[in-house]
Amino acid sequence: MKQPESVQKEEFLSGARDTFPLLLGALPFGLIYGAVAGTSGLSMTAAMAMSALVFAGSSQFIAVGLVSAHTPVAIIVLTTFIVNLRHMLYSATLLPYLKNLPQKWRIPLAFWLTDETFAVTVHRFQKNNSLAFRHWYQLGSSIAMYLNWQFWCFLGLVLGNRIPDAQNWGLDVAMPVTFIGMIIPFIKTIPMVVCVLTAGAASLLTLAMPYKLGIVVSAFAGIASGLMAQRIMDARKGAPQR
Amino acid sequence: MTANEGWMIAGMMAVTFGIRYFLFALADRIRMAPWIEGSLRFIPPAVLTAITLPAVLLPKGDWQVSFSNPYLVSAIAATAAGILTRNLLSTIAIGLAAFFAYRFFL
Repeated sequence: MKQPESVQKEEFLSGARDTFPLLLGALPFGLIYGAVAGTSGLSMTAAMAMSALVFAGSSQFIAVGLVSAHTPVAIIVLTTFIVNLRHMLYSATLLPYLKNLPQKWRIPLAFWLTDETFAVTVHRFQKNNSLAFRHWYQLGSSIAMYLNWQFWCFLGLVLGNRIPDAQNWGLDVAMPVTFIGMIIPFIKTIPMVVCVLTAGAASLLTLAMPYKLGIVVSAFAGIASGLMAQRIMDARKGAPQR
Repeated sequence: MTANEGWMIAGMMAVTFGIRYFLFALADRIRMAPWIEGSLRFIPPAVLTAITLPAVLLPKGDWQVSFSNPYLVSAIAATAAGILTRNLLSTIAIGLAAFFAYRFFL
């Protein structure tokens, strides 16, 4: 039998390793955030404190934009709330897997819950539900994302405009490509096909919605359509044969 | 750091952590109705699709539905690789390779 410590370490390391493509994907955004924050009027300390304490890329970008437009703090906080609402869907999904953990685990895992870590952990948890130390896997992914984000934000702040055009390096393609690889294994049943097609269509129809609300609305559309498809199929199966 | 910046970051931190932690905090006290628990499995594919599709079709914020869009070419390659190989790493590798090959050669 393996020692629990070595299993924990293995889980932690595979969580970090499996997050690698998404670390690459976050790299240009960290650099750009740093560079943009530097010119927004935000102090360097505040820009880094935001990365370290808020740790939510999209809302950091939006906040920096609002700071340079001299938006009142209350509006910035409210906007952050809306931009990050989708994270509630993530914690709902992970809840059944993590509900038996003590609060000293739930607090840091919640603090570090990003799109990327959610995607990586849920991919793993769904494949294998019986792992005793799966929270270590999530911790590995979380810490990898966190350190990666701090590092590139800091570099972006320091180097500022001396970095030529990180936007056009193309590293941001790592995220969609990884997510595609994670979506495919889910699509095994008709309700899942319906769910994915609906969510995809809705994401294109809600492009005009600000602050990532389109993602939340599309997710609900996908979930509802998947559930409906499931009900219809169950009803047909349950109907008496004639 | 000014006081104003401090309040902003404290507020942003509070709402972001609040959203992420709210359900985890109540985990022991929440009893989900079976249909809600059953709907959770739709969340990952729904959210990931809603993030990915616009990122591929409007990579820089404008519609680019053509083969001159390397993000779209790469996504198509990754989808094909994912269906054929059923392996995450090869899907990512082929998607990235398609992107950079396309950008380099065309």
